Amino acid sequence: MLELSAVNSFYGKAHVLNDLSFTVARGQVVALLGRNGAGKTTTMKSIMQLVQPRSGKVTFQGQDITGMPTHKVAKLGLGYVPEERRIFTDLTVAENLEVGRQPPRDGTYAWTTDMLFDLFPNLAERRGNRGKALSGGEQQMLTIARTLMGNPSLVLLDEPSEGIAPVIVEQMVNVIKTLKADGLTVLLSEQNLHFARAVADMAVIIEGGTQKFNGTLEELNAHPEIRDAYLSI
Amino acid sequence: MGLFIAQLLTGLANAGALFMVASGLSLIFGVTRIVNFAHGSFYMLGAYVGYTLIQVLPGVVGFWGAILLAGLAVGLIGMLVEILVLRPVYRAPELFQLVATFGVILVIQDLALMTWGPEDLLGPRSPGLVGVVRIMGEPVPKYDIALLVITPFVALALWYLMTQTRVGVLVRAATQDREMVGALGVNQAWLFTGVFALGCGLAGLGGALQLPKGGADLMMDFNILTAVFVVVVIGGMGSLPGAYLAAVIISVLNVFGVTYIPQSTLVLMFIVMVLVLMIRPYGLFGREEVAGEHGQVGEPERPIKPAGLQVRLLVAAGVAALAALPLYGSGFMQVLTTDILIFCLFAASLHFLLGLGGLVSFGHAAYFGGGAYVAGLLVKHAGTPMELAFILAPLGAGLGAFIIGWVCLRLTGVYFAMLTLAFAQLLWSLVFQWGEFTGGDDGILGLWPAKWLSGTTPYFYFTLVFSVGGVLFLRHVAHSPFGYALRAARDSERQAEATGINTRRVRMLAFSFAGFMAGLAGGLFVFSKGSIFPNELEITRSFDALIVVFLGGVKTLSGGIVGAAFFKGVEDVLTRFEYWRLAMGLLIIGVVILAPDGIVGTLRKWAERLGVLKRAEDES
Ligand SMILES: Nc1ncnc2c1ncn2[C@@H]1O[C@H](COP(=O)(O)OP(=O)(O)O)[C@@H](O)[C@H]1O
Ligand SMILES: [Mg+2]
Repeated sequence: MLELSAVNSFYGKAHVLNDLSFTVARGQVVALLGRNGAGKTTTMKSIMQLVQPRSGKVTFQGQDITGMPTHKVAKLGLGYVPEERRIFTDLTVAENLEVGRQPPRDGTYAWTTDMLFDLFPNLAERRGNRGKALSGGEQQMLTIARTLMGNPSLVLLDEPSEGIAPVIVEQMVNVIKTLKADGLTVLLSEQNLHFARAVADMAVIIEGGTQKFNGTLEELNAHPEIRDAYLSI
Repeated sequence: MGLFIAQLLTGLANAGALFMVASGLSLIFGVTRIVNFAHGSFYMLGAYVGYTLIQVLPGVVGFWGAILLAGLAVGLIGMLVEILVLRPVYRAPELFQLVATFGVILVIQDLALMTWGPEDLLGPRSPGLVGVVRIMGEPVPKYDIALLVITPFVALALWYLMTQTRVGVLVRAATQDREMVGALGVNQAWLFTGVFALGCGLAGLGGALQLPKGGADLMMDFNILTAVFVVVVIGGMGSLPGAYLAAVIISVLNVFGVTYIPQSTLVLMFIVMVLVLMIRPYGLFGREEVAGEHGQVGEPERPIKPAGLQVRLLVAAGVAALAALPLYGSGFMQVLTTDILIFCLFAASLHFLLGLGGLVSFGHAAYFGGGAYVAGLLVKHAGTPMELAFILAPLGAGLGAFIIGWVCLRLTGVYFAMLTLAFAQLLWSLVFQWGEFTGGDDGILGLWPAKWLSGTTPYFYFTLVFSVGGVLFLRHVAHSPFGYALRAARDSERQAEATGINTRRVRMLAFSFAGFMAGLAGGLFVFSKGSIFPNELEITRSFDALIVVFLGGVKTLSGGIVGAAFFKGVEDVLTRFEYWRLAMGLLIIGVVILAPDGIVGTLRKWAERLGVLKRAEDES
């Protein structure tokens, strides 16, 4: 459903992604793993065309999206949940969701605010509160909910478990499992295996912008030396 | 008591147009980060278009219909401007768009002149609202009462749009993080266009609504601009309630000012603004501006380096050619070159502040005109010899800059820029209104250089020495440890502080120094003309300098000088034609679109591509 082929991305002169190629199949949860600075965020941004790859190709549902304006990429059904969350702190929870709202496309789930409030009960109570009043965990929920309002068919989750309490991480695992059961495809990034182990089918490991491993989670579990070499504990 | 209430009502009525223009400016800035200098021009267009429509459409319905249509038409014109002029330059360095909007001012000025002629147009009466009503015995124009009622409705409609509709939510979201809004599938380009059109439409509506009170004339654009900036800054950039409250405060104060202390009217609003900003640095309802918060990107700055031998030789040859000018150039050429040299020094002083310090001053004319006035006043009132007055000009300007900088440098970004503008306007108002001392509008005449300098050629050499010397000195300082500290403070305040640089002190010094050099240019100017008028302190003068610095290239050391020389030269040719503003405006817009790195920056890129110059990368 999503395919990167030989993607090279730069920040000015710094070469950050090096011939990166991998695919995400429909219905899968793929974990993009790597240490801090490995290039995970840049990969996500290169998919969204927030960083435009200097060479290589990104295809989504058979369509070449390289160089396409970001808003069009999103409209095709790619949802992006950035690492820094970037919720609109001056807007209320309900308004944050409104910004994310897009009409459903063929074959995608049609989310409503009420369904999302069922999925994230904490947000329901705070729908009138401004973004800046939310806790870190609530903000993370809100970013995901906001992206789901766009009825994406594939969601990019950049380090969803970063900096939130273990209880919430647990909740997040359940959310992702629910989404997967509903047929959503997910590409998530993490620095370690804890979270990925609970939800992912496949793993791609990168280091210094170069791919080091690509396979199922079982394969990765069978090779602890790979994990030790490229991941944080 | 009756008079008091009547005045209060008039003040509130006057607040209407001001609020509409200010809220439009504020909205546009919030989303696009563009300070739309052309906003006053859309206000003026609203008045003219409204005037024409009222002539055509009859009766009460026609009158109000014409006003609404005028707002709509101006909104459409704004949309065109956004698509044709601003879209191509959103990717240019921050604040570059500002120069494009200045080009738009010039174009609109001439188009209005062509369409409606130079005469002021008397505002049509509003059918059914002619005359006054008596409130506690005091007359209040009926139309004022109408405005009083209409404005809150416009404000309410805006409030509804911004808080209760999807568009409003998107606009507010984009004000905070436009890149994220794009990543959620919203086409920012149309959001920008829509907001720009809305903002311009509001300005147009304001212009049309004030027709029965003020009519339409070609000075409206600049006349309202200062008040609008003041209102937006007092209220807080991006805040609609703030804009409303500030518009009311300023308008009411103004009405009372006119009655009780007529000399103070222009000064009054700046005093309020300074007071508000001292207590609330981001205005009454404003939010702190955090640099880089809005997903702006730019190429990393190239390191500057001392000129190579080649460049030095080139500069020396240029100076030699200038020095020989009296041998081959006419008297007129020498006068023109004198003008250009003075302007180059003025622009270079602003460039120092802007390029190296990252401090965008919208009011640099205060120090140029200030220096000139220091010299002029000393000669006029104290009989000071020209030489001494000339030396005291930069010192006076530098001192003024020190004091103003002390206040302004508490703020950053656009608030800093606005505050510098306010101080420049304050100075201008002082000079303009304090006629007994400064000569007011009539200026000061008879300020000729000393005997040994009189005549075109001696004064040309005098100017050459000080301008070239001044520019070289500015360059020298740029490469000194002080210059490095200034750039360090610009690039990262925190890192600079960590390495032991007192950023505030460095900036204060830089601000004073730039003021000093502008004052030097002012001193040269006043004795080259033999007179000085308040317009040397005006916004337009400040903008002239800003424009040439941006067009020349902010990121190149020679940008200010090249821009100044180029535009003074072009201006000299163009002003011989009737519609020179149109040509100049189009030229400015053209340069902004075609050469987003400025003239010098773009030439250098071309040269590098052609292999004439070595690439910066290869050297590092
Ligand atoms: N905006 C940027 N400008 C320059 N370099 C950057 C920028 N963002 C990230 N980098 C660099 O790119 C590399 C990859 O960063 P990133 O994609 O954020 O890694 P990760 O998300 O895996 O931690 C790092 O070396 C980082 O320093
Ligand atoms: Mg990251």
